[in-house]
Amino acid sequence: MIRFVIKRLLSIIPTLLIVATIVFILVRLVPGGPFDEERVVPVEVQKQLNAKYHLDDPVYKQYGDWLWALFTRGDLGPTIKYPNRTVNEIIGLSLPVSMQLGSLAMLFALAVGVPLGILGATRQNTAVDTAAMATAMIGVSVPRFVLAPVLILAFALKLYIFPVARWETWRHMILPVICAGLPMAAYIARLTRAGMLEVIRSDFVRTARAKGLSERRVIWKHALRGGLLPVVSFLGPGFSGLLVGSLVVEKIFNIPGMGRYLVEAAQNREYNLLVGVTLVYAFILLIANTVVDIAYAFLDPRVELR
Amino acid sequence: MASSTPGLPTSIETLEKGSSLGRDALRRLAKNRAAVVAGVVLAALILACILVPSLSRWRYDQADLATGPTPPSWLHWMGTDYFGRDLLARVFFGGRISFAVGLFATLVSFLIGVTWGGVAGYFGGKVDAVLMRIVDVLYAIPFFIVVILLMVFFAGQDGPLFNGFKSLLRVFVAHPEDPSYFPIFQILIVFAALGGISWLTMARIVRGQVIALRGQPFVEAARSIGAGHAALIFRHLLPNALGPIIIYTTLTIPEVMMTEAFLSFLGLGTQEPLSSWGLLAANGADSMDLYPWTLIFPALMLAISLFCFNFLGDGLRDALDPRIRKD
Repeated sequence: MIRFVIKRLLSIIPTLLIVATIVFILVRLVPGGPFDEERVVPVEVQKQLNAKYHLDDPVYKQYGDWLWALFTRGDLGPTIKYPNRTVNEIIGLSLPVSMQLGSLAMLFALAVGVPLGILGATRQNTAVDTAAMATAMIGVSVPRFVLAPVLILAFALKLYIFPVARWETWRHMILPVICAGLPMAAYIARLTRAGMLEVIRSDFVRTARAKGLSERRVIWKHALRGGLLPVVSFLGPGFSGLLVGSLVVEKIFNIPGMGRYLVEAAQNREYNLLVGVTLVYAFILLIANTVVDIAYAFLDPRVELR
Repeated sequence: MASSTPGLPTSIETLEKGSSLGRDALRRLAKNRAAVVAGVVLAALILACILVPSLSRWRYDQADLATGPTPPSWLHWMGTDYFGRDLLARVFFGGRISFAVGLFATLVSFLIGVTWGGVAGYFGGKVDAVLMRIVDVLYAIPFFIVVILLMVFFAGQDGPLFNGFKSLLRVFVAHPEDPSYFPIFQILIVFAALGGISWLTMARIVRGQVIALRGQPFVEAARSIGAGHAALIFRHLLPNALGPIIIYTTLTIPEVMMTEAFLSFLGLGTQEPLSSWGLLAANGADSMDLYPWTLIFPALMLAISLFCFNFLGDGLRDALDPRIRKD
């Protein structure tokens, strides 16, 4: 088991390196640079700027220097348009906010989705089931950028219950977390229902019932472990969906997370920041997928560890 | 193990029934009232998107600043936007783009994913290891970063891709320099970018199916009468894996439409004066407290069509995979 975990964790490193290499080279291959804007910079100034940031070196040398700084000092490099801020400082400030939003939304999605799915499965084909699944289907089909303004209009602008934007106290967090987590909650509810329906009909559940266990014990203790497997395998892709959703939520609620730097950096040709943010996102995603794989192997005795 | 897809139906016994499966599935689908309604609504919506922009007396880009934003009325059934453009015309014109993006990007993802997964699963061994390792690496790159990179870098006015597009255009039209062709070029990039990222899951599903099928006697039989690799993959193996492929294709369409909307919302997808539901909803969301109808109508259309595609996909899954049908 420990060998399996270590092996999976180690396999992240080469993947990250490939990602870094691709993005590093791709951004430099594309026409345009960080200094071409509407305001024309004189050629000499541009030359000096390029020299200052070593952008006049050949790409392989830039890449080598960048890798060397990353491995020896953990340094992702300076930025160009955010004066006096390095990439490390920007990520250090914005990553905790994004992580907070992401994990709270994930918890919300699980806390709402799993019970809703179980409710649907245990009362299959009743009005409760239909209502729960119709709600979930709406949740899957409504984009976050429609959900967010509606929530803001209702709870912030009309009822004055929660603030409109920013990320300070718990009251600021409620609307963004709901908005980021609701589509995922709906998806989890559908997966839980389908998974539970399959398990409820299996032999070992019938055995548990035949032993005379209470219905509650059968569902929560015996069926749930198998019924949640599809949910567990969805959490990896689901988490990446959550990251995407957070881009929108951070933008609408004006939350100082990492998402806005991604779009900004791409539009401004802010090379180092873009590569840095991409690496962090890829790292989070890989860790999430690895944790999911491990959890899956742990939950399902039929999966062999390789 | 990273390239396996846990939780996916790989039941061979359902596929062994052969030709009767298709008719069976259709019959089951026809009985599923929700799926039938969803299909009819979708067909009506698509038809409306094709017809309404040509029948309407307003053009989608016809601004009238004197009118400005007005609520729905007999003259403008969905009201007008900030520039006095008729929202009905814009919504149904945007529907054309939203549906087209959904269908074309799904087609791209279908073609790449099915071929990739089929080849990997059929040959196995080193070929499989290399192909699926590539898929694993691509999975690890957050896909929206790839799309954002593609959209920002390759969709520029002066980029090499646009120049290539212009020289291609020269074959068909007299004045390829006309700036009004630029939005069309951007839409094409959206198609390609979305299709190019959404084939990964399809490749995994198809690979799993092909691996499950390739040991079957019918494959051996086909090989013994001299079928080549390509014939075995495309004529014999893939048609037998059609069920999961159809289901996943149906579910990719709403996903892609949602992603297009998301990109347009960030300002990276469809550009003014063209419209798509995502772009319209994004503009509507900005001024929702003043002109709520500019958000409500496009958001409603988007939600209804995603809703229908999801229902249809669910119905197809129930119909094609009897193992998990509800009874």
